[in-house]
Amino acid sequence: MEKIIANQSINVNDEGYLTNHSQWNREIGHAIAQEEGIEMTDHHWKVVDYLQEQHKNDVPLTIRRVGKSGVVDIKGFYELFPKGPLKTSSKIAGIPKPASCI
Amino acid sequence: MSKDPQPYGDVSKMMIILSKATIDNVYACFILANGARMEGIEAEIFFTFFGLEAVNKKKLNHLKVATVGNPAMHIPTMLGGLPGMESIATNMMKKEMEKLDIPPVDEFLEILSASGVKLWGCKLAMEMFHLEREDLLDELDGILTVGDFYKRADREGTHMLFI
Repeated sequence: MEKIIANQSINVNDEGYLTNHSQWNREIGHAIAQEEGIEMTDHHWKVVDYLQEQHKNDVPLTIRRVGKSGVVDIKGFYELFPKGPLKTSSKIAGIPKPASCI
Repeated sequence: MSKDPQPYGDVSKMMIILSKATIDNVYACFILANGARMEGIEAEIFFTFFGLEAVNKKKLNHLKVATVGNPAMHIPTMLGGLPGMESIATNMMKKEMEKLDIPPVDEFLEILSASGVKLWGCKLAMEMFHLEREDLLDELDGILTVGDFYKRADREGTHMLFI
């Protein structure tokens, strides 16, 4: 389905995750973050950059791996994205919802 | 589109009672609690009876899978009782879990605590097993009675699980 995000028509799935990552830009990320009630800071963007990098390299994302990334520890990750950090940050990063239970 | 939370029906808090110390039960409990937090759901664990071993500093890294009385192991009970079988089975299981990025027990407890999962020890079981606060993990949030634990079920959408 299509959704207007930051005045651009973007393809998303029924949960609001981008289905075509090439449509992503920071404006889109910012708009999704606002919908999720998150005010983006430099630290938020660093996490988003890291997730996109991992996604590009086909590395499956888990909370444990993010916690060991050096970008943010697990406590900090929950502070940045309180309502489900991996889910929320992936949505903002324009990558698929992680299918991991850990 | 993320839907707004409903006043009824949606899970808002998981309260898990862990009464066993076989590693499969402990991991089931930890993964359920961690999985809740990953979805933005609150989670608490009440460690009681043998479940206390999972937060006992001296024991938590030596938990084993049960090889006797466990038909899902698919080994005859007589063989399962042989010395060393528990360790062999446990090591095999740990290797498979490491492949899936499932952390060892001590690291998992750190993750749970950092994720905001509340960890509680059962007062009565501690007295029964002659355990003191310092025997248990530093990250433990406190020692509770059953009643104290129930009182923490303070919102719509709270669910309790007994493992």
